[in-house]
Order: sequence, then structure tokens, then C-alpha cells
Amino acid sequence: MAAGATYTPIATTTTASSAASVTFSSIAGTYTDLVIIVNAGASTNADLHLQFNGDTATNYSRTVLSGNGTSATSSRQSSVAYYRADNVGYLNTSFPNFVGVINIMNYSNATTYKTALSRTNNAGTGVDASVGLWRSTAAITSIVLFPDIGTLTNGSTFTLYGIAAA
Amino acid sequence: MLNIISGILSPQAAAAVANSYESIATSTVGSGGVSSVTFSSIPQTFTHLQLRAMYGTTNQNSYLQIGTSGGANTGARGHMLNGNGATAASFNYTAGATGLYLDYYAPSGVTPFYVSIIDFLDYTDTNKNKTVRALSGGDWNGSGEVDISSFLFATTNAITSITISGTATKQYSSFALYGIKG
Repeated sequence: MAAGATYTPIATTTTASSAASVTFSSIAGTYTDLVIIVNAGASTNADLHLQFNGDTATNYSRTVLSGNGTSATSSRQSSVAYYRADNVGYLNTSFPNFVGVINIMNYSNATTYKTALSRTNNAGTGVDASVGLWRSTAAITSIVLFPDIGTLTNGSTFTLYGIAAA
Repeated sequence: MLNIISGILSPQAAAAVANSYESIATSTVGSGGVSSVTFSSIPQTFTHLQLRAMYGTTNQNSYLQIGTSGGANTGARGHMLNGNGATAASFNYTAGATGLYLDYYAPSGVTPFYVSIIDFLDYTDTNKNKTVRALSGGDWNGSGEVDISSFLFATTNAITSITISGTATKQYSSFALYGIKG
């Protein structure tokens, strides 16, 4: 038998006043996975970065698979200060061309490093699938999302959901 | 009549389905690991299934495979688009294929883990062949991979059980099955 309904909206932010970032804080540890749905633009071509629990040290890495309409590529970042969710399908001024779904798996356990799995796209530039690692066993209680340059387009939306396993 | 047609076409005419995403069951691997994980007696009351997995394996360069109650049949085949941080590659497999490959090169350490999100579409519909798709990946700060994959089981049988096997999974691995209503 099913154990119960889940995929619960936790918080939604719609940006205004050229916000530099969006933060979800005081995230309860009552779910198993988190999902962030992003529909955003930026004041210039920019990549979407994430940091967890205010950690700005070089504890992040990622592997990405990309297609820009001409070729498929894969690349990596190691020991960087953020998880970059996108690559060729980046934020730009063609709002709202950029959409993304970011899954943060088993975010509340205190045993394993944390892994995020994303599918992001910019309809005008390309598509990406990426996996990011945060080398910390701490439960994630806050997430900040920000463009690596410039500001977020007013009206960009970020919605955080929680999924609880049986 | 016009009103009826209008009602059918109008988005507002569709009644909202409450609680459309539900947790069905979870399996968490304890100390010592396991060789396979099975979800059986899956309720037939949803439209789609989603399996969300986090796992480490005991063997480097190994893989996990998803099989279902209906098995793979003549015409079964799978495809994978893989990125290893340096190159993008595509694979297909047919001969001897029994299920969806989640990964191409899974980790052997306890941490960090590999993660997968697998969708079983229209799993109860006996008029359709069963197809699954997955988004998977693992990063280990200097190595890693991300995969987009799919598999056709070539059977119209409803899926009543799912087995994850192929290599032993380590402690703390977890597999959570959800149902999505239409």
C-alpha cells in the first residue's frame, strides 16, 4: 500500500529589484529529497550556482553532459566553491528561456556526502544534465542560488519541494 | 453540445487530482550490503512510477540494472547518453539485455554515492510496451559521470515488481519508490 502523499511545496521565491541571489533557509529535515524548480533569467550571460549551508570553501565538484545544437560534450569542475548546475544552457537576458529541475538527494542524512542531479535548459542556447557533489556529511538546512555574474531578472521564480520516502 | 465540447477542452474542466505523488516503499541497505533489492506487489492504482535511488557498489566499473516482473522480451533494447567529464558518448545494447543500465562506471566507495531518478511510464497499461527512462550521475571530485538512459522491455505486461541488481550495493544505499496518479 502507498505510504502517503508527498512532493510537498516548501517555499517559493519570485525575484524583484535585481536580486543577486535567492536563499532557502531553515529547511526542515523531514523529507528525503529536495527538488528546486527554476525559471529564471539574468542581467547578462551567467551560470547558475548553488551553495549549501553557507559553505563558500572549495568543497564542491560537478560533472556535466551538454548539447548546444552542434555537438555533445562533457566537462568537469573539481574543488570549486559552488555547484554549477548548468553549462551551455545558461541564464541570460532572454527571460524566461532558462528552466531547470535540481534534485538534491538524501539531503537530510548526516552520513553521506551530498549529491545533486540536475536537468537545465536554455531554449536559445542548449541543454545540460549535471551531477554535483558537496563534500560534507552535514544535513542541508539552507541553499543559496545565484548567477556567477550580474543579477537575476525580476520575476525569476524558484520553488522548493520536499519528497518524503516511506 | 457546444457547451459540452467547450467543457471538455477547457483546462478548468479537468478536476484536480489531490495527492498525486505518493510514497510507496523504501529499501535502505544495512551493514554488509545486499546483492539485489526488490519491490514486489506494487499497487496498480497509479499511472506512473518513479524510483529515486542513491547507492554505492562493491565493485568498481560495475553497474546496476533495473528489471521488472514482465522481463525483457524479443525486441528489448536500451540506449545511454554518457558524459564522463571529458567526452560525451552514446551506447546501445540489445543482445542479452534484461533491463535498464543505470550507470556506466559506478563508484566502489561508500561515499560519495551515485544517484538515479527512474521513471516507469504507464506501468499498468496492458496496451503499451513498457519503457523506462533514467537520469543518473555520480561525482567524486576529479572523476564522475552523468547518464541519460532508456530501456524498452518489449512487453505489454503490467509491472508488478521491480528488481535492482547487477552488483552488490553498499551500506547506506537507499531506493525509494513513488507512485504518480494521472
